[in-house]
Amino acid sequence: MNSRRISYFEASARARVAALADAGSFREYCPPAERRTSPHLARLDAPVAFDDGVVVGSATVDGRPVLIAAQEGRFNGGAVGEVHGAKIRGLLERAAREKPAAVLLLVDSGGVRLHEANAGLIAISEIMRALMAAQAAGVPVFAFVGGSCGAFGGMGIVTRLCDEVIMSEEGRLGLSGPEVIETVKGVGEFDSRDRALVWRVTGGKLRRALGEATRLVDDDARDFRAAAIAALSNHRRAPADLADLKAAQAALARRRSAHPETRDGLEVWRALGLPQPEAVPMLSSDAFNRQLHELSAEA
Amino acid sequence: MERFEITLPARAAGAARQTALAGVVSSGNLEVLVEAGQDPATCAIEVNTSAHGFREIWEAVLADFAERYPAGGLRIAINDAGATPAVVSLRLSQAFEDSTGEDS
Amino acid sequence: MSDATLFDALFGAGRHEVVIDGHFVCGPARLDDTPVAVIGTWDTAAVDGNLALAIAGEVLRVVEADAGGTPRPIVFIADTQGQALSRREELLGLNGCFAHVARCVDLARRSGHATLTLIHGEAVSGGFLAFGMLADRVVALPDAQVRVMDLRAMSRVTKIELERLQTLAKASPVFAPGADNYWRMGAVSTLWESTGGDWPAMLTAELAAARQVAGQDVRARTGAERGGRGLADIVAREVAGA
Repeated sequence: MNSRRISYFEASARARVAALADAGSFREYCPPAERRTSPHLARLDAPVAFDDGVVVGSATVDGRPVLIAAQEGRFNGGAVGEVHGAKIRGLLERAAREKPAAVLLLVDSGGVRLHEANAGLIAISEIMRALMAAQAAGVPVFAFVGGSCGAFGGMGIVTRLCDEVIMSEEGRLGLSGPEVIETVKGVGEFDSRDRALVWRVTGGKLRRALGEATRLVDDDARDFRAAAIAALSNHRRAPADLADLKAAQAALARRRSAHPETRDGLEVWRALGLPQPEAVPMLSSDAFNRQLHELSAEA
Repeated sequence: MERFEITLPARAAGAARQTALAGVVSSGNLEVLVEAGQDPATCAIEVNTSAHGFREIWEAVLADFAERYPAGGLRIAINDAGATPAVVSLRLSQAFEDSTGEDS
Repeated sequence: MSDATLFDALFGAGRHEVVIDGHFVCGPARLDDTPVAVIGTWDTAAVDGNLALAIAGEVLRVVEADAGGTPRPIVFIADTQGQALSRREELLGLNGCFAHVARCVDLARRSGHATLTLIHGEAVSGGFLAFGMLADRVVALPDAQVRVMDLRAMSRVTKIELERLQTLAKASPVFAPGADNYWRMGAVSTLWESTGGDWPAMLTAELAAARQVAGQDVRARTGAERGGRGLADIVAREVAGA
């Protein structure tokens, strides 16, 4: 750990792991020296990476044993291919057996890697199953979203399977990226170059307000670590049994009817009754969290 | 992709080295993996690059590295996505420094 | 195959009460004396939040109705062009709705329901991930299509020439559309290649096979055995340490 601010957004996957884990505690599985590179990228004459864009291993956080996976958003947009996906799946399977205090998924991914699209799609489905199996074995899984690629496509679904979702405002969470929607449906549906709009629709504050992100932190790796430590001692559990899932079903249906026409986060801030909806994007995470807390105290 | 291997004479690394990785494979960037090699008098380097036809420049940058650092006995592997010589030099230095194990 | 013809072929005429409501399909059916629940999407649905919640809600109803009794097998019908593309759906968290569906399917599995997906028409990307791919077995019906993206779009995004992709697609199942590619990679258990067979008997056999692997994810191993996915199983096992 470092006493200096480290932008989580700017940091590499390895730097994020180093910042979240206790100093010197990280042990990597399938490290770069093993050269588990993607044969599919090589066949398409595209550059490969020795870790195929994801770092997996064990560590301690505040003295507690965890398993960690961190996607490298700068390598092919953190996209999931055969090897990349198998590493995350293997880690979750190890978790179900070893029962660490938690699995930390540092998600930074646009979803499936198109160069090996079928392998990537299947891998994400395998990750989903392994993740739910780890949870069923009593191991909580926490997602961290604050990188340049956010959590989209299948990794957006994986993120929402997690018990806790810890985000910065810079992080984005969704299914289809704005560029994809604009390409298929037109700029009127979603203008992907309107960055402020993109964040109002997918960013950390909206996700926190809707209860999808469980914690909102500033773009500082130290804050992500503090949130991890807090979650390790007291975390939300993803719904799993029939009663939980019926309640979750009702809540999702309620959200749709509570925001019948909403297409912009601004309308969500208004509907929630935040004092200055237009100013929300400028708020620090602390100030935003305080406003949300006050609203829930009133309700 | 273009691939080649170069073995350069280099001063012996001396102290034990640990495996180290620097950089990320993204446009204009590269990753450098440093490991223990066989021959203490040479540094063996394998380059995989997306930029074709720059072998001479690579050889100059790598020779400069092997002169500046006691890289003998090291094996270096590079995945490059079109980094400039300055970035290559920087990553080589970072990976070398990390391999001395002083950072953690 | 359209409308009720499919369900007549699967269960026999008069042996099902499957109702098609727009892009949602569900209802009870029988195979011999075994009651079966049918749930799924229809007519190349773009799966949005409402459709996802309809599927999840029906899964929960089946699980609740069978609690304490014999859990019925669930046959999922996947016919989807993928997730709905809309700013509003993104804002409301469509990925979260899909995660919810996945959890409901997982609950059904843990509650002892055999799960089987039939791909009818097409199964694409997110719409397939949400429920179809989570079943213990997946059968591709004749002419079923499975993909993430067609090669033309893939060529645009990856900036790799279309001809090159088309050539490589002949040698590798790893990126090109096709139910047979997903079969080779282990994600489709069986390809039904003709409409001629005894589908009720075949379906019964598939459900028995689904029960045998319930709770295990055998896809990576199957993909390795079929020569379509060489690394997934090895790498996952290396990391899992098992």
